[in-house]
Amino acid sequence: MLMDTPPLVEMREISKNFAGVQALREVSCSIRAGEILALLGDNGAGKSTLIKILSGVHLPSSGELLVEGQPVRFVSPRDARAAGIATVHQDLATIPLMSVGRNFFLGAEPCKRFGPFKLFDSEFANRVALEQIRGFGITRVRDGDQLVGTMSGGERQVLAIAKAMYFGAKVLILDEPTSALGVKEAAKVLILVKEAQKRGIGIVFITHNVRHAMAVGNRFVVLIHGAVADSFARDERTYSQLLNLMAGGEQMEALEAQLAGIDNEMSSAHAA
Amino acid sequence: MTEVSASSEPWRKRGRAPTRRLRRLLRRPEAGALFAAIAVYLFFAWATRETNFVSLNGTAAWLNSAAELGIISVAVGLLLIAGEFDLSIGSILGASSIALAIGTRLFHIDIWIMVALVLAGSALIGFLNGLIVERTRLPSFIVTLATLLGVSGAGLGFSRLLTNTTTVSMTTPPLAQAVFAGRLGQANIAILWWILITAAAALVLGKTAFGNWIYATGGNLEAARTSGVPTARVKIALFVATAVASSLVGVIQAIEFHSGNASNGQGYVFQAPIVAVIGGVLLGGGYGSAAGIFLGCVIYGVISVGVFYTGWNTDWIQLFLGGLLLAAVMANSYFRHLALSAR
Repeated sequence: MLMDTPPLVEMREISKNFAGVQALREVSCSIRAGEILALLGDNGAGKSTLIKILSGVHLPSSGELLVEGQPVRFVSPRDARAAGIATVHQDLATIPLMSVGRNFFLGAEPCKRFGPFKLFDSEFANRVALEQIRGFGITRVRDGDQLVGTMSGGERQVLAIAKAMYFGAKVLILDEPTSALGVKEAAKVLILVKEAQKRGIGIVFITHNVRHAMAVGNRFVVLIHGAVADSFARDERTYSQLLNLMAGGEQMEALEAQLAGIDNEMSSAHAA
Repeated sequence: MTEVSASSEPWRKRGRAPTRRLRRLLRRPEAGALFAAIAVYLFFAWATRETNFVSLNGTAAWLNSAAELGIISVAVGLLLIAGEFDLSIGSILGASSIALAIGTRLFHIDIWIMVALVLAGSALIGFLNGLIVERTRLPSFIVTLATLLGVSGAGLGFSRLLTNTTTVSMTTPPLAQAVFAGRLGQANIAILWWILITAAAALVLGKTAFGNWIYATGGNLEAARTSGVPTARVKIALFVATAVASSLVGVIQAIEFHSGNASNGQGYVFQAPIVAVIGGVLLGGGYGSAAGIFLGCVIYGVISVGVFYTGWNTDWIQLFLGGLLLAAVMANSYFRHLALSAR
């Protein structure tokens, strides 16, 4: 990996306060092209705040955000998108009662000119949308007019991710893309994430599923109470170390010791 | 697993085209309304076989009844699809009607200028409705209920202040008479307005980026926003559209009846959303079509005039509409389910 080129996105000591509550404390991390950064943390650890800063929903209270080495200030999600940062939310990715083609081009509708009118080119929209999701292995959908509600949760995530990539995303922020999915469906999404990585996209993969994170991540950042609790590269931690950290570290160890104590008592009782 | 031909398999497509087309139709938002319209029409055609419901005059009668409601319902339906409600249509209609009469009769303002003023004033009320809903995030039901009362009170109050009454007669020059209240046989020109406005709405919904934004705004506000849809602009534009549509009907009625009446239009407050829902618009937003709303109005027209032609007491109209509304909501829910089922 070329370490001398600046990262696609870099956060430097970013903090965020909401009415006196500190949601993020001097968080630093960076995402490079073709890299999957797994962002882990329990509920309320500050993951969503971090995403919202990256995607232009919130401005940081302090700290710096850089895109390809240049400091930026995202005032709206539009700014983030213009900088090539696309966010795919778990529930908000697609609209079930709208067709595949309409969903795919929502907010960037292709239009044909008819005299003074600009008309939505649904034929183009449907064709391109189908091509794109086919490229990621969704072949079951054969009609661009089909409602997205007919697709499975995994397929919808794929649609949303394919859309972001089609519109030139350099960095994809995936917010809990697998958490609502069954094993098979989650697998589809994980494969897609690897595929996106292969195409040179930087990915922020937010999850609280350690196994999914370990399956695809190159680098890992664990947030606890709004601060980076640990940051490491693949293979620098074991699955159980990471699980420990996620579960609350020492508290969990204490609990495990206590449980082990009960086990010991039970087995010595058996032996006697 | 059901069999549907793929476009890459032309030999199957040819053989299955009719079923394919039917399946597509069944998945449209107006599928239920289409069957209901046919059923209701056939029923009344049969029930009124002694009288002349199925005649040029009978047809003109139910089209007339559907048209004025239809002009408002199309706009209200689009707003419903975007996820908002507008009750203020009821009093905007009456206020427009009385303002037109007072302006032309009392102040001798040219009818065209007055029509423009009335429509612009209503557009402003619609704009304010939209702005308040957007800024306060209050439910539009409450906000426009307040506007409904406020505009109604203002219309009645000013009318009484200026003329001592709430109905003011007016005369209209021939051209304006023809444009807003012309007749061909028994058929009002409002039918033409209704069809044109419905066609325009169908074009906007089906064939423009703005139409896509309307569906998205009502379907999932957050998703629409994160996709870069200017949801506030979409909603405000539609609040303006509902206000202007009801104002137009106010103008049409004032010219048609040669009199402005400040209390006109209150009946539309719920009729308009009802026919939109009968026509397949989802009350929660995100789903529906202009064709469906059109059919909803046709159903309303056929029932209200059909009952009259049967000679039954017109009290039955409400019962019919109530039953139909319930049936429509259930049928539409079924058809939506079908549209969401795997093919």
